[in-house]
Amino acid sequence: MDAIYIITTGSLVAIACGLLGCFLILRKMAMVGDAISHAVLPGIVLAFLISGSRDSFTMLLGAGAIGVLTTFLIEFFHKKGGLQSDASIGVTFTWLFALGVILISVYAGEVDLDQDCVLYGEIAYVPLDLWIGSNGIIYGPRSLYISGVVLVVIILFITLGYKELHLTTFDPAFASAIGISTSLWHYLLMSAVSLTTVSSFESVGAILVVALLIAPPATAYLLTANFKKMLWITVALSILTSATGYYLAVYLDGSIAGAMSTMAGLFFALAFIFSPVDGLIAKRRRQLYETSKN
Amino acid sequence: MEDLIYFFSFQDPNIRYVAAGSVLLAISSALVGCFTFLKKKALVGDAVAHSVLPGICLAFLLSGNKNPVVLIIGAFITGWLALVLIDFITRSSKIKEDTSIGLILSVFFGIGILLLTMIQHSGNAAQTGLDSFLFGKAAALVGTDLVVFSSISLVLVVVVLLFYKEFALISFDEDFAKSIGFPVRRLELVLTTLTVLAVVTGIQAVGVVLMAAMLITPAAAARFWTDKLSVMLVIAAVFGAVSGISGAFISYTAPAMPTGPWIVLIVSMLALVSFFIAPNKGIFYKLLRQYRIKRRILNENILKLFYQLSEIDADHQRARTLTELQNKRPIRMKSLKKGLRRLHIQGYLSNRDDKWSLTEQGKIKGRRVVKLHRLWEVYLTKYLRIAPDHVHEDADNIEHILTPELERRLESLLEYPENDPHSSAIPYDPNLMNK
Amino acid sequence: MIVNVENPILEVHDLTVTYSRKPVLWGVDMTLPKGSLVGVIGPNGAGKSTLIKAIMGLIPLSSGWVELFGSPLDDVRKKVSYVPQKESVDWDFPASVRDVVVMGRYAKVGLFKRPRKADYEAADYAIAQVKMTEFANRQISQLSGGQQQRVFLARALAQNADLYFMDEPFAGVDAATEKAIIGILKQMSAQGKTVIVVHHDLQTVTKYFDWVVQLNTRLVASGPVEEVFTQELLQETYGGKLTILSDVGNLLRKQGFPTRDVT
Repeated sequence: MDAIYIITTGSLVAIACGLLGCFLILRKMAMVGDAISHAVLPGIVLAFLISGSRDSFTMLLGAGAIGVLTTFLIEFFHKKGGLQSDASIGVTFTWLFALGVILISVYAGEVDLDQDCVLYGEIAYVPLDLWIGSNGIIYGPRSLYISGVVLVVIILFITLGYKELHLTTFDPAFASAIGISTSLWHYLLMSAVSLTTVSSFESVGAILVVALLIAPPATAYLLTANFKKMLWITVALSILTSATGYYLAVYLDGSIAGAMSTMAGLFFALAFIFSPVDGLIAKRRRQLYETSKN
Repeated sequence: MEDLIYFFSFQDPNIRYVAAGSVLLAISSALVGCFTFLKKKALVGDAVAHSVLPGICLAFLLSGNKNPVVLIIGAFITGWLALVLIDFITRSSKIKEDTSIGLILSVFFGIGILLLTMIQHSGNAAQTGLDSFLFGKAAALVGTDLVVFSSISLVLVVVVLLFYKEFALISFDEDFAKSIGFPVRRLELVLTTLTVLAVVTGIQAVGVVLMAAMLITPAAAARFWTDKLSVMLVIAAVFGAVSGISGAFISYTAPAMPTGPWIVLIVSMLALVSFFIAPNKGIFYKLLRQYRIKRRILNENILKLFYQLSEIDADHQRARTLTELQNKRPIRMKSLKKGLRRLHIQGYLSNRDDKWSLTEQGKIKGRRVVKLHRLWEVYLTKYLRIAPDHVHEDADNIEHILTPELERRLESLLEYPENDPHSSAIPYDPNLMNK
Repeated sequence: MIVNVENPILEVHDLTVTYSRKPVLWGVDMTLPKGSLVGVIGPNGAGKSTLIKAIMGLIPLSSGWVELFGSPLDDVRKKVSYVPQKESVDWDFPASVRDVVVMGRYAKVGLFKRPRKADYEAADYAIAQVKMTEFANRQISQLSGGQQQRVFLARALAQNADLYFMDEPFAGVDAATEKAIIGILKQMSAQGKTVIVVHHDLQTVTKYFDWVVQLNTRLVASGPVEEVFTQELLQETYGGKLTILSDVGNLLRKQGFPTRDVT
């Protein structure tokens, strides 16, 4: 039963990350996703200190707001300060993440978070933290519900705004020309990424969220040239990553989140070499074919 | 406070070593970081930093001990591998650079975490301390560790200084470097090797997670203070050194604290302050400049207003009331009063019984603004073919920026026109015209 | 020489656009007649693309205003179509020709709704017009430069607008595509639609366009091609920048000067 709980929670988190990641990598904003996932840490710690618990709704919102603030700061230093954009990303998130780690060490007694959890989460403890109703009924692990709700929100967001997200990603100039606000959809997407990273933090930690945001979409991108299929393949890969990652971790007796990103990397490597469309082998073959034809 | 004095008196040889080591490695990474920053590869440094973790863990697993040389070799290999892979993925597929950086960074780090947790769970007693590589522990920089890490840092500093000219050129203009026969590929190889080495030396003090900041942040901060590469390197090194020594101090006084985040927080504060207050490029400086320009424009507009009024009644000495001025051109009362006072102090206006009049100096300045306005209107109609009824707004602005040199060029290009497009006379300085 | 018209389809009034405070377009004032096929020409960096981006509201104006069909852009967006430079998008994006062309219908589909069958039919019709039907399901990454440009044109056709702005539609396309595209543009213009094209090749100007706009930071000429496409005006357009104007522009940037005096 524990295995199922863990794999399900992992899948829910991975799917939410992966779906948003598809948009991020096509917008060439993968590193902004990386920055957000680090920068929400001080928000989480502060929300923790204020509300006293870690799965409150206010915490999701508060820390999510810090994620959006991060993208705002990155743009501010870039545009107003004239700092080049890669450095602007690098300076902003390392600073906020450092602040978060320090807050954790300073308030070690009051905050139920530690440095390890920050880096690679505590998905193994998911089955231990149960949601118990007022009448004593046990509904199952709390994280399962939180990631479930977040996933529903993300899916709603993507289905309702599909057209707009799609167009602002592919051709922002054309989108603005027909009256779709690119900055509105940019910030909506950033809010969604913040919300997802905050809710995934506890399970997989700051840095491994990045693996889930980037690796499955990048793999799917190599496997298809159809955007809707790319989303579906990402979903499938996310579930696969979560399940195989869990068993790898059990086998090696290591971190589940670490094993999940290892597997995500492995799948990417496989697609990179063997993909029928864009794989190394397929490309080499096509080259050979072309040269033999001439 | 006592700690502070004791620490910075450097009486304790241990403190001396730890402090010197931290400073040295912070300086070396700041120097290398300047070049990665200028080559717009800042985030690659982040990827390398995360990617050394699996190398450290593998080296430990294979050798079974914490010998710094072995760990450094392991770290170096995976760091290098990460760089090669990022480059390879970007070049040989449709995956873009940002995605491959993020991918390699997170996957390598994930593998590192998997290995690290395996080592921890296996209960190997010697492992205690491996996880200090995550967030750094400057106080652990003693004995052989100190010797090894410091020597690498020294090598880094020396190599950067030796290749200063070459690195400067390839970060500034790679194509040009190639065209004059520089071995660009080989130089880049040296630079990337230095980047990996800089990361590797930093891990003991700062940790892999935040090491990227030691490359990026001092360089970004230094860039705000100067346009000269040599000065930038010095400033970045100073920022690095300050944060390095503060990190050592914190690690000494609060051993439970991770050092890396503190070092990063301190260097980030230096950077934030630089972003705002640095002369010329800082955000406050830019705002201040805007304010000064606004004030100058207001002053010149008021003098122009006086001159225009005196053109109407042909009386340059007449004193005018606030309402009279306001009727000709509505300026916000508060700014108008402030401007009048300022011009009075500067000697452009004289003031009697709440009435203001131009001094000789003020008349000259007002006349110049009116002249420039009308000259620019002539220029716009003649050379930009803009209709006479559309030129006023632009001239209202440009009249404030034309330098005496541009003024002369305009006059001779337009051959001292007598009137503007609205047939108002252009007022030249009578003394100059007679000559 | 600037020819103005009554009841213009496009009116640009005192338009100044700056990049980091340096004007790239300075005081552009012009009107264009309905139904014309307009070529916008000028040397590199003259502000040609900037002009149509500014008209489409994609970059902020430092001064002036623009009216299309006698109204501000927001009121008539559905009647206006914009074709960006084809280099401005990533052609590795996972999408087929049909996916891209149907984007032209997005403005009519409305928020939160999906394109319907009729929208796909309109897209297919537009694809047929540019002779790409056999490639309709082809991935855009597999297209040649000329085919990519045809896809962009089809997307614009699917919008069914009355006023078209095209940023360098002939850049990097093969001769057959260029011929096909100009044929379609002429047909559109014959149907009373107005097409404004940023163009590079002076050889073809008289053959392609009936109205020419010549830019070099400032507007040098705007008028019927036979009147303004003269040696003298071309020399002025391509004869380099006005030194005083560009020196003042550099000064504005260096001092961070505002573009308009707002006291």
